[in-house]
Amino acid sequence: MAVSNKPLVWGPFAAGGTLTAFLAPALILLMLLAALGHTPDLLAYDRLHAFMGHWLAKLAVAGTVFLALWSAAHRLRITCYDLGIRADTVVATIVYAGALAGTGAAVLYLTRI
Amino acid sequence: MAEKVNHKPYARAVTSEWIFRHPRYVRYMVREFSCLFIGGWTLLMVWGLKQLAAGPDAWAAFLELLRSPASIVFHVLALAFAAYHSVTWFNLTPKALPLQRGEAFVPDAAIAGAHFGVWAALSLAMLYLAGAF
Repeated sequence: MAVSNKPLVWGPFAAGGTLTAFLAPALILLMLLAALGHTPDLLAYDRLHAFMGHWLAKLAVAGTVFLALWSAAHRLRITCYDLGIRADTVVATIVYAGALAGTGAAVLYLTRI
Repeated sequence: MAEKVNHKPYARAVTSEWIFRHPRYVRYMVREFSCLFIGGWTLLMVWGLKQLAAGPDAWAAFLELLRSPASIVFHVLALAFAAYHSVTWFNLTPKALPLQRGEAFVPDAAIAGAHFGVWAALSLAMLYLAGAF
């Protein structure tokens, strides 16, 4: 019997889709406020650096980055197929590798904080 | 004289023009394109982590980058696409998580509504705790 890797790629997609549905609009709005010059208190260097210094915050951010990037990558893969790009193995390799690379970078930067 | 028979299997041309055949397909594609904005914004935040780790000056430079017109346009679009992702995702929750109570199923509106309620409360709490208002 062929072993399917479908649950392995689909699980983080569903988890990431749910997590971003709950968190992304509020987080993007916070950064938009900063972009418009109304910087929320938490984004001041001292406060954010202290907040991100806690291991629990690091763990939460790393997990969120992984799930958000993975679900975006999975959706991008399906979208490429929908748009007529049928080299699925190549597309899948690129997008999932990109998600893992982004997560790796986030973990590296988190350890430096 | 017998006509030549083509034995090659019919290969349908792969195109993407089907998207515009029905408004429903356009909405589907808009939903799927939200991944570019959510993924792109997440990568921007990873860059922000790098700047935060590099010290106060690097972080100030990151905030300055956020204030550029391109960043403001990107954030407005990203916010709209992210909200569209949330709405479509929560509207599908009754299909993904049907709940049965005794003989009857919990109404779709109750399941989706609970998700929308949690989303609103969570968003307000995050904005408040981050000091947005």
